[in-house]
Amino acid sequence: MPKASSAAQLNRMSAEPGLPTGYLHSVETGAAVDGPGMRFIFFVSGCQFRCQYCHNPDTWKLHNGRPLSLDEAMAEVRPYKGFLRMAGGVTISGGEPLMQAPFVGALFQRIKSELGLHTALDTQGFLAGNLPDAWFDPVDLVLLDIKQIDPEKHLKLTGQALQPTLDFAKRLVRLGKKMWIRYVLVPDITDNDVDILTLADFVVSLGPAVERVEVLPFHQMGAHKWESLGIDYPLARTPTPTAEQVQRARSLLASRGLLVT
Amino acid sequence: MTAVSQAHISVDPWRDFAGATWKTRVDVRDFIQANYTPYEGDGSFLKGPTERTSKLWATLGELLKQERAKGVLDVSLIPTSITAHDAGYIDRANEIIVGLQTDAPLKRAVFPNGGLRMVKSGLEAYGYKIDPEVDEIWTKYRKDHNSGVFDIYTPEILAARKSAVITGLPDAYGRGRIIGDYRRVALYGTDFLRDEKQREFHDLDDAVFTDDVVRLREEISEQFRALDELRKMGAKYGVDLSRPADNAREAIQWTYLGYLAAVKEQNGAAMSIGRISTFLDIYIERDLTAGVLTEEQAQEMIDDLVIKLRIVRFLRTPEYDQLFSGDPTWVTESIGGIGEDGRPLVTRNSFRILETLYNLGAAPEPNLTVLWSTRLPQAFKEYCAKVSIDTSAIQYENDDVMRPLWGNDYGIACCVSAMRIGKQMQFFGARANLAKALLYAINGGVDEKLGIKVAPGFEPITGDVLDYDEVVAKYGKMMDWLAKTYVKALNCIHYSHDKYAYERIEMALHDRDILRTMACGIAGLSVAADSLSAIKYAKVHVIRDEKGLAVDYRIEGDYPAYGNNDDRADDIAVWLTQTFMEKVKAQPHFYRNATPTQSVLTITSNVVYGKKTGNTPDGRRGGTPFAPGANPMNGRDVKGFVAAGASVAKLPYCSAVDGISWTASATPGALGHLPEERQRNLANCLDAFAAANGHHVNVNVFNRDTLLDAMEHPELYPQLTVRVSGYAVNFVKLSREQQLDVISRTFHEKV
Repeated sequence: MPKASSAAQLNRMSAEPGLPTGYLHSVETGAAVDGPGMRFIFFVSGCQFRCQYCHNPDTWKLHNGRPLSLDEAMAEVRPYKGFLRMAGGVTISGGEPLMQAPFVGALFQRIKSELGLHTALDTQGFLAGNLPDAWFDPVDLVLLDIKQIDPEKHLKLTGQALQPTLDFAKRLVRLGKKMWIRYVLVPDITDNDVDILTLADFVVSLGPAVERVEVLPFHQMGAHKWESLGIDYPLARTPTPTAEQVQRARSLLASRGLLVT
Repeated sequence: MTAVSQAHISVDPWRDFAGATWKTRVDVRDFIQANYTPYEGDGSFLKGPTERTSKLWATLGELLKQERAKGVLDVSLIPTSITAHDAGYIDRANEIIVGLQTDAPLKRAVFPNGGLRMVKSGLEAYGYKIDPEVDEIWTKYRKDHNSGVFDIYTPEILAARKSAVITGLPDAYGRGRIIGDYRRVALYGTDFLRDEKQREFHDLDDAVFTDDVVRLREEISEQFRALDELRKMGAKYGVDLSRPADNAREAIQWTYLGYLAAVKEQNGAAMSIGRISTFLDIYIERDLTAGVLTEEQAQEMIDDLVIKLRIVRFLRTPEYDQLFSGDPTWVTESIGGIGEDGRPLVTRNSFRILETLYNLGAAPEPNLTVLWSTRLPQAFKEYCAKVSIDTSAIQYENDDVMRPLWGNDYGIACCVSAMRIGKQMQFFGARANLAKALLYAINGGVDEKLGIKVAPGFEPITGDVLDYDEVVAKYGKMMDWLAKTYVKALNCIHYSHDKYAYERIEMALHDRDILRTMACGIAGLSVAADSLSAIKYAKVHVIRDEKGLAVDYRIEGDYPAYGNNDDRADDIAVWLTQTFMEKVKAQPHFYRNATPTQSVLTITSNVVYGKKTGNTPDGRRGGTPFAPGANPMNGRDVKGFVAAGASVAKLPYCSAVDGISWTASATPGALGHLPEERQRNLANCLDAFAAANGHHVNVNVFNRDTLLDAMEHPELYPQLTVRVSGYAVNFVKLSREQQLDVISRTFHEKV
């Protein structure tokens, strides 16, 4: 099985003539926290980040997913179109959906044109720089994960640079896209007051494009996945944040006038 | 204030009421349609509990605590009847609606007519002894229902009962699932109702005296007598039930005493109260309009009624409680729905009765059931969703699939069984175990746990790999045997129940000529469907013991499981539901010409069923609980609850008109971030399930951690309520096994 390849390689690979094939980890039909309303979620596989707190390390490798065609992906979501039109929409999450940008972009196109549903992309935006503006046309909302606002800590936490994510956020403002910023709160890693306020200031600078900021408390429910994959889990001993810690982070963000959930 | 205000008695209790038909003959539906006021607004008018209400509930709280510790607080050894006990009170000076089953709260009565054996073992389990005179009467002079049934049963029925391929049969206690139209007591008074019964009786004077007519005449005489006993029981509480209720408080009081008479006379497995809230709203509106009642007082009366409904008790055995958990009584009240003319049947009182879950805290009883329609007012939908999210105490049943069959004045008996109130009853039939029957098809009728032949005349499958066509052919024949044995058992039970434990007062509050259904049921649907799917889409090897009995299975490859909106598996579940219904319908005779129906409902017996069923070809280990009702097997519905609900909704209601139960659990976080988002999302999901023709859903919203903590510290969670198949229970009253089962059920929580 190949190691997670670089983004450029992957894009070349799947941009070959013919329709792109996707790699799917799983789908979820009953979640209401990944975008507005009830969402149908495609969890695609493949991610170039190696976040220490990842709760889905089983989605890191692209080929851990099951291959599926665009038609097959559409067949997964189509039975729910009536419900989703009334109650919510479709979110593509992962993994990192931009690892499979040709497939994911084509899927968004078809969901928009054939089903007319609200669409959301859950990403950390690292790979967005390679994509043309038009790629984002069928995307209504971006759930943008900012893992850490301090560039060094970001690198340490995820193994990748922060700047592409920030550049992407500014580009989304320019494109007139709506955003929800997502921030995972991990004791000792992302709960520093200064970091949180720096994040708040950055988000405020993006203006009204950001509809809300979500603070997601770190949890240990992904621990068994690290174990079953035989990878050392660096946060095995990290506690989940207390209700007070979560409240404090939310208050700090809200103190800059942001809607925080 | 004095709790019981002495209202004036007017000359005309029906003043200001519109309509004509209902005034000349008993027709509560006509009265409701002519007089109710639909309410499309939100819950902002609602009032909290008064000091009196909170105090009364606290008084009872102490007694409930003692009851939880002892299992049973107290027992009256006097054989129960409508008039056997003196008036009883919780705190006489502070009660607005009065009446208890015996002379003290939570003091349980004994019901020997259902079965003396059950009475004796119930008493012994809690350290009481039967009155020797009672023992002598019901041994020597008076036969009970339980003895009647066992005088008729066949050896095959006894074997099927022992192996639990058929179980939960109401052959040792009251069958229940009959809803008296208790509203008739308030609207008409007992004098009017007795006159009607007399007329019905004499209309038959010139009939041909067949067995049916003779039995019916005797029954009507009993009904006539029971109505008079109801009046006498009312008199003990200083209430004159002979006349119609004159105001809102009386209407609630009269209706409740009608119901109380039923639970004094019968320990039915389920004793629903019907569909009273919108009916009572008419009286409340009249008093509010006349300026003689305030909203606070109206809520206080409903709170008081609900307090009474929360303490209905029956003396049962620990084994019974193990099967059904937590002392259930199924005081089911049906709320909302849409009228045949398109007006919603939602009134302010629909909100008030749900608001009791805040004013008194969450509780499993009464079993509050919202008749959901996509056409319900949006504000009511969102209010219901809010109550579900906050209390997990309500269930939803699809009015849009039931109304075309049952009209707009049906109620839910027990968990999911719809019936026209006062016009229809059912012969409750518990359920047959379809998963075990599949094992019988493989083993030629030999029980995989007991090793005995239960179904005679069948040959086992001998191949090492199960062949789908062969299994389906043998399974079809086994279902024929099961349906035959099952319906025969039900014919025995209901003949005997009518003869020895007839529901006099409940049937007095019915029309004379009613529709009777014979309510069969199935358990283990998802296990059977997944087993067949495994046999069809994967390769299932049989592992046999030294006697050649198939005791385990090895699955090679993957198979699609029911509950993921995948037709390959879901179609098998649909086929099973339709097929068993057809097998039941094909039986030659149903007692009293009943119409056979079927439910997909297990209540909490899914745990006991699982315990009594060996390894199954779907990979389930022997002893593991089945999924409840029509639920997908725990952990196999991997696409989330919308997909699971879509699978359940495919089961055709027309093949299971006694109801199809689905229990869904979600964490609050999974329903959205903000309270109003959660409400809207849940309401939308309920709409989607209803639009897909799903029949019933229990909605639980809580965190797994809460349940784990409640297992460790039950004293901190006396009111924690959990919906299980078709009803709700106090979580802390469940057995440890059942608690673990609830926790292990798929929590729809994004990880």
